[in-house]
Amino acid sequence: MSKARNSIFRTGFVHVALIAYTLVSLFPVFLTIVNSFKDRNAIFRAPLMIPTPQTFSLIGYETVLGQGDFATYFQNSFIVTIVSIALVLLFGAMAAFALSEYRFRGNTVMGLYLAIGIMIPIRLGTVAILQGMVAANLVNTLTALILVYTAQGLPLAIFILSEFMRTVSDDLKNAGRIDGLSEYAIFFRLVLPLVRPAMATVAVFTMIPIWNDLWFPLILAPAEATKTVTLGSQIFIGQFVTNWNAVLAALSLAILPVLVLYVIFSRQLIRGITAGAVK
Amino acid sequence: MGSLQLKSIRKAYGSHEVLKGIDLEVKDGEFVIFVGPSGCGKSTLLRTIAGLEDATSGSVQIDGAEVGHVAPAKRGIAMVFQSYALYPHLTVKDNMGLGLKQAGAPKAEIDKKVNKAAGMLSLEPYLARRPAELSGGQRQRVAIGRAIVREPKLFLFDEPLSNLDAALRVNTRLEIARLHRSLKATMIYVTHDQVEAMTLADKIVVLNAGKIEQIGSPMDLYNRPANVFVAGFIGSPQMNFIEGARLGDAGAKTIGIRPEHMALSRESGDWKGKVIHVEHLGADTIVYVDSEQAGTITVRLFGEHRYAPDDIVYATPMVGSMHRFGDDDRVLA
Repeated sequence: MSKARNSIFRTGFVHVALIAYTLVSLFPVFLTIVNSFKDRNAIFRAPLMIPTPQTFSLIGYETVLGQGDFATYFQNSFIVTIVSIALVLLFGAMAAFALSEYRFRGNTVMGLYLAIGIMIPIRLGTVAILQGMVAANLVNTLTALILVYTAQGLPLAIFILSEFMRTVSDDLKNAGRIDGLSEYAIFFRLVLPLVRPAMATVAVFTMIPIWNDLWFPLILAPAEATKTVTLGSQIFIGQFVTNWNAVLAALSLAILPVLVLYVIFSRQLIRGITAGAVK
Repeated sequence: MGSLQLKSIRKAYGSHEVLKGIDLEVKDGEFVIFVGPSGCGKSTLLRTIAGLEDATSGSVQIDGAEVGHVAPAKRGIAMVFQSYALYPHLTVKDNMGLGLKQAGAPKAEIDKKVNKAAGMLSLEPYLARRPAELSGGQRQRVAIGRAIVREPKLFLFDEPLSNLDAALRVNTRLEIARLHRSLKATMIYVTHDQVEAMTLADKIVVLNAGKIEQIGSPMDLYNRPANVFVAGFIGSPQMNFIEGARLGDAGAKTIGIRPEHMALSRESGDWKGKVIHVEHLGADTIVYVDSEQAGTITVRLFGEHRYAPDDIVYATPMVGSMHRFGDDDRVLA
């Protein structure tokens, strides 16, 4: 009896802690969205109030959608994020497979070298990256951003995926070899489907910093045609006057695509098809 | 068709030598079992035959052709794994047919062979299912079916029954024995379970620490073990080992007597001792005796016997059942 009561108390405590954390995490998002639907005075006078019929206003969204080329910005953000994730997942998974599957000289050193990328922020190399991009004539192109983000995402992807790939049964890969599958077929058809939940995790971890990044778009691709959403919304933030309606509306809009991508990936997280493969 | 020759196979990981010169000849149609304690190199040897591992030196020949540098799929072998290793995203039918499909066989032929193998293993009702929807025994049958479909020269089994429960293990063992009789194929089977080895094999290869200790038929190994290791490994409960000097035999370092080759009596006999523990198994009674001359010995009696701890008993080895081993642990002639 005491055990059951103890566990109720314990699960209750866990739930309270989790709910508190959820509220803390969601509060800024809630504030952003709520205030994006209010007029300027209401934002400052009562920032915590939800919009009432008197204070409700779509002025922010009108500004964002009217002024500035937000469709292009969204498109740029989308292209950069999706292509970078695809490249990170493809190359990360391939490198992870090689590191976990094959025994070769320098395997451990290579793994450590790639892991260093997790510890050293890529921004430290900004000057060199900019010089490189200038030399390669890639400044103000989306390619420049995609290249940088792919490099930024790879170390963590390789680190996580190689751990997961070690857990894929050797017998399964060997069965594939005996049935005459090539190493590529084993990788794409046997191993990748089994590490799909890990791929989704990596995709989420890779996606968010890329979508939110301001640094590299500002430095490498500040031209009107290559602006991303985060950079685009900066036009509403001035040194002296900030158009809060527009900023909040832009930010609210920017949440949506990430949310959609997250929902897509988290489906993959839940779906596991490993069951029945071995044992 | 399916003979195999191994000549001085060595395999080392860095400075650690796993296989230390294996020579073996397997004739067409033989059922050969590699048996040994874990870490003895039996699985590595099987993988070397399959081509999943490269030998550091030595030669592997299948049907007289050197296959050292031939890819696993081209060696004419099929392998059944301990963990089944079925492709989770394919149906039973596709699992069984994948090897042929990769080899470019026409669809009608694949269907025919898959159906035939499914018939042999009574898997027809499950052909459209995925591995996740099958029980452990069914999965292992699919894995065996996948091997049969390839019509290999050599069947390789890597501890195929280890993941099954006891009842299923006996059934699947019978099924494998039946398959061997009907296919007349050469089979090489790795196990650490001596019961599987004794019941299935034409020829047992006992491995220890990367070396072959003895090769022979199950009864050869039981009746004429070549050394102390094989004597101790084959037979359950384990053979009793007694120092030669204790029994007044100066010529032999160790004397071995199987527990079932001892008689027990309350009145008289060679070695007097006290019962320390009794195990009643119904068909057998296993009595542990602490004797004055021979130390602690195990006696296996057939049927039920009413011995209890602290009983005073006399144990007598049967005539001609002693195995004498010399200083090098090898049997004395």
